[in-house]
Amino acid sequence: MPEANILPSGKARIDSLEMRGVTKRFPGVLANDRVDFDVKSGEVHALLGENGAGKSTLMKILYGLYHPDEGEILLNGKPVTISSPNDSIHLGIGMIHQHFMLVQTLTVAENVALGLPSSRGLLTDLDRVSKRIIELADIYGLKIDPSAYIWQLSVGQQQRVEIIKALYRGAALLILDEPTAVLTPQEVDELFTIMNQMVKDGHALIFISHKLHEVVEISHRVSVLRDGRKIGTRPTSETTKQDLANWMVGREVGFAPNRGVVERGEVRLKLEAVSCGSDRGTPGLRAVSLDVQAGEILGIAGVSGNGQRELAEAVTGLRKVTEGKVTLEGENVTNLLPVELTERMLSYVPEERMRDGMIRNFSVAENMILREHHKMPFSRSGFLNLGEIARHSAELITKFQVKTPSQETLAKNLSGGNIQKVVIARELSRKPRVILAAQPTRGLDIGATEYVRQQLIEQRNAGTAILLISEDLDEILSLSDRIAVIYEGQIMDIVPREEATPAKLGLLMAGVKDESASVVTT
Amino acid sequence: MISDLFSVTVLVGILASGIRLATPYLYAAIGETFAQRSGVLNLGVEGQMLLGAFAAFYVALTTGNLGLAVLVAMLVGAIMGLAMAFVTVNLHAQQGISGIGFYLFGLGMSDLLFQKMLGTVETVRGFPRIHIPVLSDIPGLGQIFFSQNLMVYAAYLLVPIAWFVLNKTTLGLKIRSVGENPEAADSLGVSVAGVRYFTIVLGGTLSGVAGASLSIALLNVFQQNMTSGLGFIAVALVYFGGWRPWGVLGGALLFSMVNSLQLWIQVLGIPIPSDIAVMMPYVLTILVLVASVSRVRGPSALTKPFERED
Repeated sequence: MPEANILPSGKARIDSLEMRGVTKRFPGVLANDRVDFDVKSGEVHALLGENGAGKSTLMKILYGLYHPDEGEILLNGKPVTISSPNDSIHLGIGMIHQHFMLVQTLTVAENVALGLPSSRGLLTDLDRVSKRIIELADIYGLKIDPSAYIWQLSVGQQQRVEIIKALYRGAALLILDEPTAVLTPQEVDELFTIMNQMVKDGHALIFISHKLHEVVEISHRVSVLRDGRKIGTRPTSETTKQDLANWMVGREVGFAPNRGVVERGEVRLKLEAVSCGSDRGTPGLRAVSLDVQAGEILGIAGVSGNGQRELAEAVTGLRKVTEGKVTLEGENVTNLLPVELTERMLSYVPEERMRDGMIRNFSVAENMILREHHKMPFSRSGFLNLGEIARHSAELITKFQVKTPSQETLAKNLSGGNIQKVVIARELSRKPRVILAAQPTRGLDIGATEYVRQQLIEQRNAGTAILLISEDLDEILSLSDRIAVIYEGQIMDIVPREEATPAKLGLLMAGVKDESASVVTT
Repeated sequence: MISDLFSVTVLVGILASGIRLATPYLYAAIGETFAQRSGVLNLGVEGQMLLGAFAAFYVALTTGNLGLAVLVAMLVGAIMGLAMAFVTVNLHAQQGISGIGFYLFGLGMSDLLFQKMLGTVETVRGFPRIHIPVLSDIPGLGQIFFSQNLMVYAAYLLVPIAWFVLNKTTLGLKIRSVGENPEAADSLGVSVAGVRYFTIVLGGTLSGVAGASLSIALLNVFQQNMTSGLGFIAVALVYFGGWRPWGVLGGALLFSMVNSLQLWIQVLGIPIPSDIAVMMPYVLTILVLVASVSRVRGPSALTKPFERED
């Protein structure tokens, strides 16, 4: 190590950064309420909280994207004003956003150079930038090709580009906003190795997450936000996952839903060598075979974009199956219309709930009957039976604990968790034979997540066959009876829950068939 | 006679006027390329051209100073661009609709000014042909390439300049990233609004020049609605050219050659109904756009307003 206060990137260290009494109001919402937060050189400080707790707002204030209504920021003890990302970059603060801030059609070097002054004045100096990228990559152990286009890179590699981008700008303090959300377990391990290296070198890291085991693994201190207020800060070593969860939600949280043992029944849904295209014209599914039995949850694990969407659409009649056969309770239903599958009691909890799961500008009551609106008792000879619809939705609102001012409230005005409860209520209350649930808890807070998972378990216990597609490995592991891993549109393997470990699934998710074998080529 | 078309003299004539007629397309479409690469669809090109054409014509007629005429056309186009930028960037207007509004404004305003300030169709002494020594003496080629006026040469010079700016400068990098992922550019301290203001005003300025090239370099008159859809074709050419200056050049030449051909068909009295002949470039626009759909992906953020949720 050179001088103590200099980072390997050649930039000065940030010994301490402190946010004091930060308040931020949005119309009708107090997003941050007198929040104090600090981070020091050589530590990972985790920021934990539910959706809407104010984590991102606080960090966007630190990065200069939002302006606080009250409060101050002190850098190495001196007050600073951060009114734009330019200011924060200048002060040595970098941010890895949850949704990567990369331009897909540009190269790595171009993305890094963007917005920076060039040594050649008005002309770009990409050769020089590339050289520096390779230097930095060597120092921090990141492998990256400066001339590759972003769209050619895997998600893990794109994240490395984001880190390089921040380091290139001299970031001494790095904010990582839910960096693990899109990674495979192996990629998470690699990221943590890089983070540990950076901390050892004197960087200050802020790690935002709602995955408790990751927070426990990587951070030195942890702060919890709830409803815009900071609940507290503690050394991570003095807390447990259960403490943190209770802190976050403000009450006792049950972790693993009680699954119980259920006798598996007959095969309800069967796919035989099903292939279909994707929106990009490339193959979406390639000869996928699987079956789901009554009383079981078959989990589909995989990294985003490996055919999950196509699988859901092929099963629900939204995408044309080009080869193979889909069987529902022994009947060939390949390429039937969605309405015909509805008749056969297939329920669907779609991934994009706001786009595919409901009509934003319809009321809660109307959304509750979308699937069966044309049938008795909700309509008769083409006329809606409004009384029955109101009775039905009032019943579901109570039964499924939907928090809504009234059943006339427009769906778009509900919170994410309650919107999903409306979808779940509609899809589960009709006593389906098969349920396809795609990302049923994505973006939901712990409370709503817990509720949705419990509902799925109850359906399973009642003997429904459930196909669960999720990119959240924890969810797959806690709900599934069997786990199928999808990679580039193919099912890599189907393993019973008892034999599934994150490491084993992670390899399959990365396209590695078994530990010794090579990557599946396409 | 159809066979007249194939005499050397006529072919040289067709090619020479084809080269010449590409001029307004080039100015307008290169300007539009900049706007679209930054994520803004400016459908007001036609209106900006009409006002630029009138302004240049009026200044040329009253002062005889062609340089000043072009300058005023640029200024008028820039002001139109500034208004478009305000509506697009600050007010987040739906770009397709506001562009049509600016087109109608330019159409009506140029006609009103024409009625009030001139009243009758007059001609003006436009840019003279410049015969480049030696090169213009080459038979055929000399007449096609080296006996054009200054505005024609400048239009072609614009193509490599635009390519260079877009691909080799920091400004170009900013423009391309703002058009693809404004959030990313913003997070790196690039002013999305600033870049878009620049490209829209540049587009307006070049549209003004495109208008001027019609009224004081090619036709040397001003008439009501003299652009007759040329500005819209320029917008289509940007798509056709895959948002690349050299592609735009190819498209502009294709259209101007067809246009030149139909003009010669009428001049030579070839028995094809003139309505059909006049239709040719427009039919070609539709065919080419249908063929070029999904061939190249455009800027991801095209027509999408950018707003930091603060």
